[in-house]
Amino acid sequence: MYTMYRRRSGWQKRQKIKNYQMESVNKMNQNVLEMRGIEKAFAVPVLKGVDFSLKQGEVHALVGGNGAGKSTLMKIMTGVYSKDAGDIFVRGNKADINHIHDAKDYGIAMIFQEMSLVQTMSVAENIFLGQEVLKNGFCDTAFMTEKAAEVLEDLGIQVNPLAKVGELSVGLGQMVEIAKAVSKDAKILVLDEPTASLSDSEIKQLFRMIRNLKKKGVSMVYISHRMNEILEIADSITILRDGNVVHTGKVFGITMDEIIGYVIGGSSSNNQFVWKEREYNREGPDLLTVEHLKVNDWINDISFSLKSGEILGLAGLMGSGRTEILETLFGVRKKEAGIIKLAGKAIIHKGSKSAVDSGLALVPEDRRRQGLILDHSVKENTILPKIKKIAKNKFFIDEKTANSIVEENIKKLNVVTDGIHKRINLLSGGNQQKIVIAKWLNMNPLVMMLDEPTAGVDIGAKGEIIELIRQFADAGKGVIFVSSELAELMAVSDRIITLYSGKITGEIERKGIKSEEELQYAIQSEKYSMG
Amino acid sequence: MPSKVKNIQWDKYMVYIIFVIVFALFGIFLGNKGFLSSNNIMNVLRQTTTISIVAVAGTFVMASGQIDLSVGSVAAMTAMFVSLVLQSTNSILLALVVGLGFGLIVGLVNGLLVTKLRLPAFLATMGMMQVVRGSAMWITNTAAVPIANKTYNNAFGIGSIFGIPVLILWTILFYVIGILLFNKMPFGRHVLATGGNEVSAGYSGINTEKVKVAAFVMSGILSAFAGILYAGRMQAGRYSFGDGDEMSVIAAVVLGGTAMSGGTGSVIGALFGSVLMGFINNALILAGLSTAQQTIVKGGIIIAAVALSNLAQKKK
Repeated sequence: MYTMYRRRSGWQKRQKIKNYQMESVNKMNQNVLEMRGIEKAFAVPVLKGVDFSLKQGEVHALVGGNGAGKSTLMKIMTGVYSKDAGDIFVRGNKADINHIHDAKDYGIAMIFQEMSLVQTMSVAENIFLGQEVLKNGFCDTAFMTEKAAEVLEDLGIQVNPLAKVGELSVGLGQMVEIAKAVSKDAKILVLDEPTASLSDSEIKQLFRMIRNLKKKGVSMVYISHRMNEILEIADSITILRDGNVVHTGKVFGITMDEIIGYVIGGSSSNNQFVWKEREYNREGPDLLTVEHLKVNDWINDISFSLKSGEILGLAGLMGSGRTEILETLFGVRKKEAGIIKLAGKAIIHKGSKSAVDSGLALVPEDRRRQGLILDHSVKENTILPKIKKIAKNKFFIDEKTANSIVEENIKKLNVVTDGIHKRINLLSGGNQQKIVIAKWLNMNPLVMMLDEPTAGVDIGAKGEIIELIRQFADAGKGVIFVSSELAELMAVSDRIITLYSGKITGEIERKGIKSEEELQYAIQSEKYSMG
Repeated sequence: MPSKVKNIQWDKYMVYIIFVIVFALFGIFLGNKGFLSSNNIMNVLRQTTTISIVAVAGTFVMASGQIDLSVGSVAAMTAMFVSLVLQSTNSILLALVVGLGFGLIVGLVNGLLVTKLRLPAFLATMGMMQVVRGSAMWITNTAAVPIANKTYNNAFGIGSIFGIPVLILWTILFYVIGILLFNKMPFGRHVLATGGNEVSAGYSGINTEKVKVAAFVMSGILSAFAGILYAGRMQAGRYSFGDGDEMSVIAAVVLGGTAMSGGTGSVIGALFGSVLMGFINNALILAGLSTAQQTIVKGGIIIAAVALSNLAQKKK
């Protein structure tokens, strides 16, 4: 009945590749992939002639600040973006990679941060998805389960092949994804921040697997901001800054200081924003107090306070728990324990509504998914939290008031739009973000929390947003600011708390931080303390 | 982790647990009114045949994340076609070809509307439902068409083999095919993957559009077969056959453990779901409830059953 789905067994093919991989272990030091003179521009140049080469069976760390061009380079390699200039060679032959399927044919696979497996199916079913092994026209489930178990064992992944993927931890899911790619003859893997949401024991397990894959001749590009991990697992390193390669070589012998120096050294973002010492009452009562907040088993015992007029920066790597802490304060994530006090009063959240009512606001990390309703207009997005307050007789929306509020927001925040009825996804990132901020300014909150508010925002709007944040704090309000861009964090914060793997590792006055390098160093491990 | 004994997945077995409980309750309270008599049970099974068979395809459609509201109307139109063809040619083969061919075409159109024109399945098949139901009324101006062909009526309706009603044999046949296709063949996996994570399925080399079209075609053909059985059982074609069946099928499939969002599903569960609904219908009649009361209680039971299986799902 369903002949188009009857296909040859992919198993023999994979076995052959496996043998081939075993052979090629001996051919170490040969470049499996080379990128030469890669250029790419999106309005502004992002990659300015980048060379990158990957050897057989090595782990090659790709490092750089936000916007250095790492992910653009990898997206070109995996066929997501097309390059403007340059050449790609796979095993010495020029490769034409224009689509993600082309990359797949060359054995290049990207392992995504968010799992791209079918959550409702078993591990074995996922590994063999699309190339089921048949016996007499039926799925040979026993064989596939056995083979999946072999593949998993071979890679040292301890997981039941019959377990549903949705029931696995993020770490195991990611490893299963790698196993799936490898079983489909991928020889080059791109791991993008693979440890961002893993626990320490899961990281150890992942590293065992990576070493295993190396022995089998699989080459890996390892993107990470975590220097310790790079020093531990990578063989080579390439550092990008502003679309150029600033260093490439062996990891052996390089120090964390040197890497941080290359990543930051003289980069243009460094001198973009100047820190201004701000005046506020450092001795006054706390505006917000967080005591022993427990988000989950891993983000635990978080205590800090915020004064009126203060801008508090949270610094930490991706996966350090910064987003989760903000989400918990805002009530969209349930806290397991701890006390949150706002202006001296303990607040008990029953969701985001009570958080908003008590005077908190959150500009979330993912603007397009969490911050805005993309198909709605500028006006509808802006007045959404306020809509009940501007209802006449509590029933009908007072359109006139709504319009005038939004018009005023647009003027004050300098939002570039054809009008208040324009669909918000037609605006630029910076203008969209201003609307998200306006929407909360209108609520007149006591504390505004901003999670990566300048991600994907152009330079001009970035400056304006930072100025808005300062103005807001100057009015005696409190701000908690999260950003991966340390230069920006240092430009705007009065005080900075460093987080590592769900714990607070340090707290320091902005005045006491001498350089971005120092801060970068501080967020890299749990032991280092500043000052 | 591998050493961990697999926990009992309550959600998976919920339909069977509910089935046993409901059956036992009815047996206790309505046993003296003949609920447990083999005659009554056979009757219920025969009456649920059409829903059960469409629910086989319904499992595929919903597991792939789609929905098909046109099934009841396709059954009606097929019954009209079959009875008209039999009336004018008396050829059973031709009647079957026309009937099943019609189902196939409707399924294909549904599938193409959803995949090529990107219509939401709910709207595409709702529109199709109206078009087909209207056509069934129009073709004879709402008049019923009797079927005089005894062979046809026996084979597809009132006959039995070795004392087992043909309707039950047809049900068994379709369930055997459905279970093999869903659990044992790649197509079943591809359906689940399409409903579970379409992007990932695509990256695994699965043509998810073809999978969806195939599910709709299957639904069309099985609905047409249900129409053929309606015609055989009633020995006539009538435009009103299968009215409201789409809702019964959805309820049966969901009761059987298939998520409306796609990605999970069970064909055998759908059988228990449809038979369970048949027993509920039957018990309410035996209990002497009025039509109005029956409808109210039926609705309440469906809500309670689905809520129960959802709660079980959350617990794990």
